[in-house]
Amino acid sequence: MPTTDAPPGAAVVVRGLRKTYGGRDVVDGLDLQATAGAVTAVLGPNGAGKTTTVECCEGLRSPDGGTVRVLGLDPVADAARLRPRVGVMLQDGGLPTGVRAAEMLRHVAAMYAAPRDLHELSARLGLDAFARTTVRRLSGGQRQRLALAAAVVGRPEVVFLDEPSAGLDPQSRHAVWDLVRELRDEGVAVVLTTHLMAEAEDLADLVHVVDHGRVIASGSVPELVAAGPGSSPTIRLEARPGLDVAALATRLAEDDGDAWTAAEPSPGVYTVTGDAGPAALATLTAWLAEQDVLARRVTVGRRTLEDVFLDLTGRHLR
Amino acid sequence: MSPSTTPAVHAGAASPARRVAAQAGFETRAILRNGEQLLVTIVVPVLLLVGLVRTSVVELDTAGATRVDFVTPGVLALACVTTAFTSQSIATAFDRRNGVLRLLATTPLGRGGLLAGKVLGVLAVEAVQVVVIGTVALALGWRPEPTGLLPAAGLLLLGTAAFTALALLLAGTLRAEGVLAVANLVLVLLVVGGGLIVPPAELPGPLAHVAAFLPSGALGEGLRGALLGDGVPALSVVVLVAWTAAFGAGAGRLFRWH
Repeated sequence: MPTTDAPPGAAVVVRGLRKTYGGRDVVDGLDLQATAGAVTAVLGPNGAGKTTTVECCEGLRSPDGGTVRVLGLDPVADAARLRPRVGVMLQDGGLPTGVRAAEMLRHVAAMYAAPRDLHELSARLGLDAFARTTVRRLSGGQRQRLALAAAVVGRPEVVFLDEPSAGLDPQSRHAVWDLVRELRDEGVAVVLTTHLMAEAEDLADLVHVVDHGRVIASGSVPELVAAGPGSSPTIRLEARPGLDVAALATRLAEDDGDAWTAAEPSPGVYTVTGDAGPAALATLTAWLAEQDVLARRVTVGRRTLEDVFLDLTGRHLR
Repeated sequence: MSPSTTPAVHAGAASPARRVAAQAGFETRAILRNGEQLLVTIVVPVLLLVGLVRTSVVELDTAGATRVDFVTPGVLALACVTTAFTSQSIATAFDRRNGVLRLLATTPLGRGGLLAGKVLGVLAVEAVQVVVIGTVALALGWRPEPTGLLPAAGLLLLGTAAFTALALLLAGTLRAEGVLAVANLVLVLLVVGGGLIVPPAELPGPLAHVAAFLPSGALGEGLRGALLGDGVPALSVVVLVAWTAAFGAGAGRLFRWH
């Protein structure tokens, strides 16, 4: 399929992608797109097909079906034209282990005609502290930062980051996120896979939720959170387990005449959903006082991306 | 070249020659800086050379040549095998397991450039080996046949092609730990009974007939023929070309990047 249906500015267009390993469909009719100057998150549980999808976009795997276009080009057939314009950070790093960090970055930079300034890039990502350490001896977070530097050193127009925050401490994570935002502001199309909600919520302009090899929801974070049931404000209460919150919901409904529901999704954690305003909160605390129950935490808000994600992908472990 | 959607400065790729040269330098430094690789590629061949020339622990029928003239071509053949096969297969297997091959394949270097860089890296290490081993051999009294030097260089190139292809076949199909074991075992077997240093005809039993048709025996016999002044046997060239084609086709079909 040609890319005629791609909207202007689309840097990555995936249509009906299929990839099968040993008779099992790892990616099964997946559609997604990413635009220049935006961060696109591919969010999904482990084994959902995220890595296989980006590897098809990187030209590392050939699709069994569907089309993939990056900057209008086929990542496999047009690989030589595409490689100078695409930066890649693999999930398993892919860094040679026997060389020093600075040497590794210099080597990747040598593949490009006008790479980024290595001093500036190293300083931003805090690589100077371990520039002379061999890659083998780096911590997981240090390797991640070095791999990110290698992905962006060639001034790519599209960057694929496969779980860029895995194993990072909070300081490193914020350094990585700042760089990702800066890339976006420079007009780069950033595609990242993640299963970290905070990463998707803080960074992504567009989120594709992937499960079982398909995109099951797409949109901005506010769109995803507003869609579907439970979009009205929810009071989240943490207290001792076993409270009769159904009685609370009845009381709240009597107060304001609205429909209220309450549940205890895990022991001691309650969600009370309705038109939560100041009066409802006063009723709630009065009710708690009557029972002589001290709330450990009360928050009011809409659903989080994590709620949406768990609703979409289920709560069972895999 | 690129459409107007290009953000800021679009870097583009360095020239192919620069990319391959960078990769070759990177590979060469990685081998020469790694202690185990240095031991296998430089120290072991030099020790073998000195040991075989200065002692008679191994009986050799040198057919009238001096021991150093007879042994040095075989040690050069061994050096070629250690770099093109043992060291390259192990390095490539671990790079494959660690995702290094995939990452470099996504840079402008690409798969072709990666392969070219590896081959040039092997040749660079071999140049170092030839200088070191040649210097030690000359000090021990080696007098190679001058007209045989160019054919010998050609044979080393052919041997490098055959053994690099075998290295990639192994590295691209087996687990890294398996490659480590197989590569070292094969090296020992080739040294003892592969016709590298001890000519196939002097090997016991059926090995005498088999070894001449192995790439190791062909390389050893070819280098001895060239540097002792007897000329390169046609069989050596035919055997090496055939193995190069077979290993190359196998590696091309079976090599897995993941």
